[in-house]
Formats: sequence, C-alpha cells, structure tokens
Amino acid sequence: MPIHQTTSYVFEDSDAAAAYFNLQEYGNTYSRIMNPTVAAFEERVANLEGGAGAVAFASGLAAQSAALFTLLQPGDHVVASSALYGGTVTQFKHLLRKLSVELDFVDINQPSAWQGAIKNNTKLFFGETIGNPSGSVMDIQAIADIAHAAKIPLMVDNTFATPYLCRPLDWGADIVVHSATKFLGGHGTSLGGVVVESGEFDWSNGRFPIIEAPSPAYHGLKFHETFGTFGFLMKLRCETLRDLGACMSPFNAFLLAQGIETLPLRMRAHVSNALAVAEFLQTHTQVSGVHYAGLSASPYQTLVQKYLPKGAGAVFCFDLVGGREAGIQLIEQLSLFSHLANVGDAKSLVIHPATTTHRQLSDTELNAAGISAGTIRVSIGIEDAQDLIADLAYGLAAIT
Amino acid sequence: MSESLAKWQQPDTIQTSLNAKNIAIVGLSSNPLRASHFVGLYLLNNGYQITPVNPTEKEIFGLTCYPNLLEIPHEIDLVDVFRAPDAAPGIAQEAATIGADFLWLQFGVISPEAIAIAEAAQITCIVDRCIKIEHARYRGRMHWLGFNTEQISARRREP
Repeated sequence: MPIHQTTSYVFEDSDAAAAYFNLQEYGNTYSRIMNPTVAAFEERVANLEGGAGAVAFASGLAAQSAALFTLLQPGDHVVASSALYGGTVTQFKHLLRKLSVELDFVDINQPSAWQGAIKNNTKLFFGETIGNPSGSVMDIQAIADIAHAAKIPLMVDNTFATPYLCRPLDWGADIVVHSATKFLGGHGTSLGGVVVESGEFDWSNGRFPIIEAPSPAYHGLKFHETFGTFGFLMKLRCETLRDLGACMSPFNAFLLAQGIETLPLRMRAHVSNALAVAEFLQTHTQVSGVHYAGLSASPYQTLVQKYLPKGAGAVFCFDLVGGREAGIQLIEQLSLFSHLANVGDAKSLVIHPATTTHRQLSDTELNAAGISAGTIRVSIGIEDAQDLIADLAYGLAAIT
Repeated sequence: MSESLAKWQQPDTIQTSLNAKNIAIVGLSSNPLRASHFVGLYLLNNGYQITPVNPTEKEIFGLTCYPNLLEIPHEIDLVDVFRAPDAAPGIAQEAATIGADFLWLQFGVISPEAIAIAEAAQITCIVDRCIKIEHARYRGRMHWLGFNTEQISARRREP
C-alpha cells in the first residue's frame, strides 16, 4: 500500500478536472478532500463494517464533528446515551449548544427512555456499542427500531468493539463512527477517525432537508437524489470534510491500515486477556467491584451474548476499597501497565480518573459520572495474561 | 422490498450488462444537477455510445434526443430508465419491441409489471441499482473515494 504523500494531483486535461470538481467522475482533486492512501484505509473500514463507504478524518472527534455537521442544523435535537466517552460528552454539550442544537441524554439501559425523548425536531440517536468507561452494552437493535419508527437515524461509536467483535450496521444502526486511534490502529502511534454509513437510510423521508434539498454549498446539488446510496457520504466528504478541513494524513492512513491487518489477532488476545484480568480482580480483597461486561455476573450478559459473542472488549473499570489514595498507590507501583490517557493500544494501559481525566470533579460529581475516587480504568493489551495479573497483584499488594 | 429484489441485482448479471455498447437513457435530463445527467455524462466519458430518450428535449450532450425507444434508428443493447415506476411497463414493452438485451431500472424505479414484460421477451433486468455506481465498482474508480466496492483481491488493479 503506497503512501501518496501529496497535496494535489496533476489533472489529465481540463475536461477531466472539470468532471472531478463537478463530481461527475470519481477523481482526486486535493488531499484535504481525498487521497489514494486514505481511500484505501477508508474502503477497508467500510468493508469490515459492512457499509456503503467511509470517510476518514484527523481524529475520532473530528469524524464525529463532521457527522454532526452533515446531519444537523440550528433548532434540531439530538438524543444521546448518558454513558459516553467524556470527550464526546463535552463535544455534544458545548459544541451542539454553540450551534443551537438541543440535546437530551437518556439511559442506555432503557430503550423506552429513548422513545420518550423523541421530539418533532429530533434528528439523531447516538450511543456507544460498549460505553466508555462504564462498560455498558447498547441494545442496538431495540434502539434502532425506535429510531427508525420515527424516521431518525442511529449513529453508533464502535471504537471499543471494532467490527471484529460487533458490526452495528448489521443490527440496524445507520452510521458508525470510530476513533481509529484505538483498536483499529492498535499501536498508539497515530490519531485518526472514520465515519461509515450503511447507504440504506432514507434521507429523503422529509425529516432531513439539509441532505435532501438543493445544497447552496454545492451549486444546488441534491445529494441524496443524485447519489442515492452514496448521498450522505458524498455530502460528508465533498462539503463537510472540505469545509471543516480535518482530513487524515496519508501517513497516518498507512499506519492505521497496517494496524487493521492484525485486528483479528489482536482482538482475540485483547478479549481473552481482559476476561482473565477481570476474573482475577473480582476475587481480590482490595477490589470492591469490576465493571467488565464479559464477566458472567455482569448485568449485560444477555446483550453480550447477542452483540459481542466473541468478547466484550478490553477496556473496563474497577473500584478500589481504599479509594483515592489507593488509586494513586496502585498506579505508582505498576510496571507493565503504561500510565497514560489512551485506550486500545497493543500494550496495557492504566489511568486513575479521579487524579487525571476527571481531576476537576468533586467526589459527589464523580459519583454522578458513575466513577468513584477509587476507580481505575484499564485497557488490557496483548501481553501474556499471567504477566499482567502478576503486575496487578504486585501493585495491589503495595496498597497500604 | 430490497431482499426480494436481490434476484435482479446479481453481481454476475451486472458485470455482464456492462459489456453493452449502445445504451439508451430514458428520462435523460439536460439539467446538469439531475442524477440522469451525471450518469449519462459518466457513461459517455467511459466509452459507451449513448442515445438520449426524452420527448421534451431535442439534443443532450450534442446527441439527438428521441421521444421514445421505437424512434431510435440504430441498435440498442441496454435500456437505462430514469422515470417514475408507472412509466416503466411501457418502456419495457418498447425495449422488447426493439430487441434490447438488458433493461436497467435505476434507484427507485421498481415495477414488477415492467420486469414481467421484459423477462417474457428474454430481456435481462437489473432493478433498483445505478449503472454509474456499478460501472465504477467493477471497472472504474469508486475506490478512489473510500466507497465499499466489495471487491477484495490481492491482484494489482489499475489506478
């Protein structure tokens, strides 16, 4: 897979250039909008997720922003799971408010709550296959059915599951987003994000004039009528990516695509190690709770069997009896787990939210976010499980 | 509906149909923002002989526009339809009369009656698919824009 490290492309002739800019022929114009290396990465992700196509971005949050910008306009309303990645919560709460888009968070565990939150101006349902960091598992099919009955699309962040463990489009989701930085890339080297769309949602159902109507940003083109299955993706690329500018670099696309080559091998090791570590932790006297959906005692077992039969991912939280101080001590003692703010790396990662990502919150606010002062989040890597358990046993033994 | 149409969306059939040389586009618009115009221009640029069919136009792409299939003085292999579904049976009848090999009904042009008429005349039907997309998938550059061509191959492909 060659790295096309170029900004632009020499046109064959004037007619070809015009056809590319008019979207009459599939062609390369400028690497902010498309690039052959990035396209190869995009097609692979689209194929793995079973979508009509994909558009890559500079990061997961850039991908999500672009999907939102493509779908929404001022006065619209979004219904989102309350159990989401903190960066997504911030993006939704503050960015959407700046755009005069209304937002309601609802309980991921109660599909009926999603039904009750629908308004006339609701344009999107959003959730995570596996919630970060709560470990919740989304009933994708039930929530997709509620969305579709109201002519609303469902967007799912599939970062933690990857298409190896779950393909949300197969269960009725319409759009999948990824932080490719995580398990897809798998080595913690490269930021990237991607939006995949099924091509099956009826954007001309009357609820989405922003996609259906002639676009003033593309000389009056009707994206859904003209491009059918590819209407949303063409608009996402040729308008939103063009205008937001957060494109993926060709070199990152190369590294992320190389990561995908080992995705099944890594995911098998990730989930098998995660289960072994979670089972070890739940028997430890210093640990008061382990929130891993893959454990047989998890309230999510039924949903795991349906949506994640190969494993419930590799990122989860556990709570320490000793609270905040115990959390600090454990982190200080670990030598195999890297203390950093990422997940989905081939190596194991650990973070203590109360002293890092959630440092500004009081204990009361932490509890409201489903986290306690003694909560530790781990992203289990592909090392030998016994080594990981030994490292944790050593760290837990050092808590005074 | 989409599952029941699978019979008329087979990859082998679609690829065979792309060997056609003379394509009549029924409902071709001279408006460059209409899907039919995008498709016509694409097919023209990719080596096909195009015959516009539209009673409200005289000439499109500098090519004579015919009011219906029966008026076309030369041979047509494939009839590509951009019309409302209720117009499709009549077009299928004309396609049978002129001896076309393929009837291609674009996105949303779903007409069981048209399919029945065409198949009774040994015309192969492709339904609810876009000929531009399918050409780009198998012979074109669809993969340049990150679309899922569903073509997985270790063979070298031309850029």
